[in-house]
Amino acid sequence: MTNPLRTAGQFVVILALFMAVAAFSNWPVYRQNPQGSAVVMLTFVHGADRQAECRRLTPAEIAKLPPNMRRVQECPRGRRSLEVELDIGGKTVYRASLPPSGIAGDGPSKVYERFVWPAGEYDIAVRMRDSPRREGFDYMRSEHVKLAPDQLLVIDFNPQGREFVFR
Amino acid sequence: MIHAIRAILRRGFELIERPFDYLFGASLNPLKQLGALGFFFFWVVAVSGIYLFIFFDTGIERAYQSVEYLTNDHWYHAGVMRSLHRYASDLMVVMVLTHLLREFAYDHYRGARWFSWFTGLPIIWLLYTSGITGYWLVWDKLAHYVAIVSSELLDWLPIFGEPIARNFISTGTLTSRFFTLMVFMHVAVPLILLFIMWVHIIRISRPKVNPPRMLAGLTLAALIAVSLWKPAVSQGHVDMAKVSTELGLDWLYLPLYPLVDLWGKGGVWAFLLAFSVMLGLMPWLPPLRRAKAAEVFLDHCNGCGRCVEDCPYEAIRMVKRTDALPFPTQAQVNPSLCVACGICAGACPSSTPFRRTEDLVTGIDLPEYPIRLLRERTVAMSSTLSGPARVLVLACDHGGAARRKEQTVHVPCVAMVPPSLIDFILSRNLADGVVVAGCSESACFNRLGGDWTEQRFAGERDPYLRARVPRERIATVWTSKLAVSQTEASIAAFTDKIAALPPAKLRSPLPPSIRILEQGADETQAAGGQQKAEAPND
Ligand code: HEM
Repeated sequence: MTNPLRTAGQFVVILALFMAVAAFSNWPVYRQNPQGSAVVMLTFVHGADRQAECRRLTPAEIAKLPPNMRRVQECPRGRRSLEVELDIGGKTVYRASLPPSGIAGDGPSKVYERFVWPAGEYDIAVRMRDSPRREGFDYMRSEHVKLAPDQLLVIDFNPQGREFVFR
Repeated sequence: MIHAIRAILRRGFELIERPFDYLFGASLNPLKQLGALGFFFFWVVAVSGIYLFIFFDTGIERAYQSVEYLTNDHWYHAGVMRSLHRYASDLMVVMVLTHLLREFAYDHYRGARWFSWFTGLPIIWLLYTSGITGYWLVWDKLAHYVAIVSSELLDWLPIFGEPIARNFISTGTLTSRFFTLMVFMHVAVPLILLFIMWVHIIRISRPKVNPPRMLAGLTLAALIAVSLWKPAVSQGHVDMAKVSTELGLDWLYLPLYPLVDLWGKGGVWAFLLAFSVMLGLMPWLPPLRRAKAAEVFLDHCNGCGRCVEDCPYEAIRMVKRTDALPFPTQAQVNPSLCVACGICAGACPSSTPFRRTEDLVTGIDLPEYPIRLLRERTVAMSSTLSGPARVLVLACDHGGAARRKEQTVHVPCVAMVPPSLIDFILSRNLADGVVVAGCSESACFNRLGGDWTEQRFAGERDPYLRARVPRERIATVWTSKLAVSQTEASIAAFTDKIAALPPAKLRSPLPPSIRILEQGADETQAAGGQQKAEAPND
C-alpha cells in the first residue's frame, strides 16, 4: 500500500541528502600553501661519525672481561649529532644539531623540514658537519635557484656520492 | 554538563525526526535505521570495490592510468561503480557520526550497553583508515597530498626509522611494491572493520542489520542517481616535483588533514588521543547507576523460553534444569548483559496479577521493581482515579508520558507490563480504560519493547492479551519524551472516547488478598462487578 507520490517525496529527500554528502566529497577546495608560494624541503637520513675512535684495551682490561667476551678493541657505538644549516636568499632559515636515532644513539640522524617560501629567485645554501671537527662543515652546496609557484624543491643528501642534491 | 549536552542533542534529533516520521513513517525513517543503513552502505562499498578491483593495476604509473581508464572509457559501469564506492563510503561516515550522536543523545551507551559503544571506537578508526588508504590508491594529486600528510603524521610517532614521507617526494625511493602494500591494506582493513561491525552487535538480539526493502531500494536508487550526476573523478596525475595546489578534499574522510597545518602533527595526535580516550571512557563516567539485573525464581519458571525470545540484549539463556521440577530447562540471566528493562517479566506467563498469593512471585523479575510492586502501584493508583472515565496510564520512563504524575504508573519499559495486567485492571474494575504510553515508534529505548507490546495486544506474540479484554478500552501511545502535549492530547481524546462508551461488562471485585496489600485502596472502586474472572492461563 505505497503511495507513489509519497515514495517520490521520500526519494527526493534521500537524494538531496546524498547530493549534499557527495558535494562535500571534493568541495570546498583546500589550498595547503598560499598562492604563489613554493616549498623547499630539506630532508635526508645520514649517520654522523662515531663519538669516539676505537680504542685498544689494555691487557688488564681484557683480563677483567668474562673469558667468552674478551676482545682487543672497544668501539663506542654512539654517534655524534649532525650539524645542519640552510640558507635561503642569504638568510639562515634552519640551524640544528640533529641527535642520532636509536636507543643506543647509534642510528642515523634524520631531518625532514618544510619551508614555504614565495616563488622567486634565491641563492640556497646547505651545509652539514658529520665529523668531530669543531668548526666549518664537511659538506656544502649552494645554488642559485628559480622557485616556480607550487614547486617542491627537495634538498637531499646522497650517502653514496656523499653530496647534497637539489631536485 | 554531559546531561545538558545530551538533552540538547536529543531535542535536536527529535525535531529532525518528526518530519522524517511524517514523510517516511516510523518504520522507514532513515534516522531510526542508522545501524542497518551502515551495514547496507558497507555492502554497497564491498561489491563496488570488488568490481573496481578487476580494473585496478598496482604500480606507480599504472594505478593512476587504470583508474582513469575505468572512469572515462568505462564510465557507464566501472565509473558508476567508482562513484558508488566513494559515495557509499562517505555516507558510512555520515551514518556513523549520526548514529554515534543519536545513541549518545538517547543515553544508550552506559550500563550493560557499554559494549556496543566501546566497540564503536575501533569501528571509527578502521573506517577512517579504510577511506584514507582508498584515496591513496588512486595516486592522483589528492592521493599525493594524502600520502605526504599521512606519512608525516606517522613519522611524528617515534616508531619508524627513516621518515616514510620521504618516499612521496622526489627522492626516487617509491616503488610499485608500495602500491601492493596499499592494496593489501585497503582490502584487509575493511575486512577487519566488518568483523568488528559483527562484534559490535553480538550482544544485541535481533539487531537491525538490513534496512526495510523499500528504504534499501530508495537508497540504492539515490546513490546511482548521485553517481550519474556527479561522477567521482581523479584530480590529475601526481607530479612529485610539485606541492598540491588547490585540492578538492573529501571533508568527511580527511577533515583532520588541514588541521595538521593549523595544530601541527602533535596537536592532531593529541586530539585523536583525547577523542578516543573520552569516547572509550564515556560509559563509565558518573553518574553510574546501574539497576540490578533480572532474577530467575525457579519455583515459578517452567522453562518456556518466552523471556529469552523477548530479551533485547541476549541477556537470558535457557540452561539445563537445576532443580527437581519436571521441566527440561530453566532461564538463566547474565547480569552483565541485563539492562533491567523488565521485558522478560512482562513475557513470563507466571507474571499474572490474578494470582492471589500475597507475595506475587513470578518466574523472572526485576529485584528493584518486581511485578508484585507493579500490581501494588497499579491498584494504589487506580484508587485515585475518578470521574466518568477512569483512565489509567502505564508509562515507560523514556516516552512522552515519562514525566506524568497523575493517573500514571511508571515502568522501565512498557513491555514489562504483562498483558494479563491490562486484563486485570479492566476486569477488576480498577479503571475504565488503559493507556500504554511508550517511546516513539521504532525508537524504543529498550529496542523492542514497543513492538512486543503491539504484538502481544494483537495476539501475535506470546503472552497474548486475552480475547475477552475489550480492545476499545485500551490505547497505545508511541511518542518521544519531548512530545508531551501530543501525548496528553492522545490521552485526553481516549478519555473522552471512554466516557462515551456504555459501562463495561465482565467485571469482578478485587479479591481481598490483593486489596489488603494496598492501604490506600479505595473501597468503592472494587464494587460493581457481576462476574468472577478466573485466573487467565494463556
Ligand atoms: C560501521 C559503523 C557502524 C555500524 C554499521 C553500526 C551498526 C549498529 C547496529 C546494526 C546496531 C543495532 C541497532 C538496533 O538494532 O537497535 C547498533 C547499535 C549500537 N551502536 Fe552502532 N554501528 C556502527 C558504529 C557505531 C559507533 C561508531 C558507535 C559509537 C561509538 C556505535 C554505538 C552503538 C550503540 C551504543 C549501540 C547500542 C544501542 C542499544 O543498546 O540499544 N555504533 N549499531
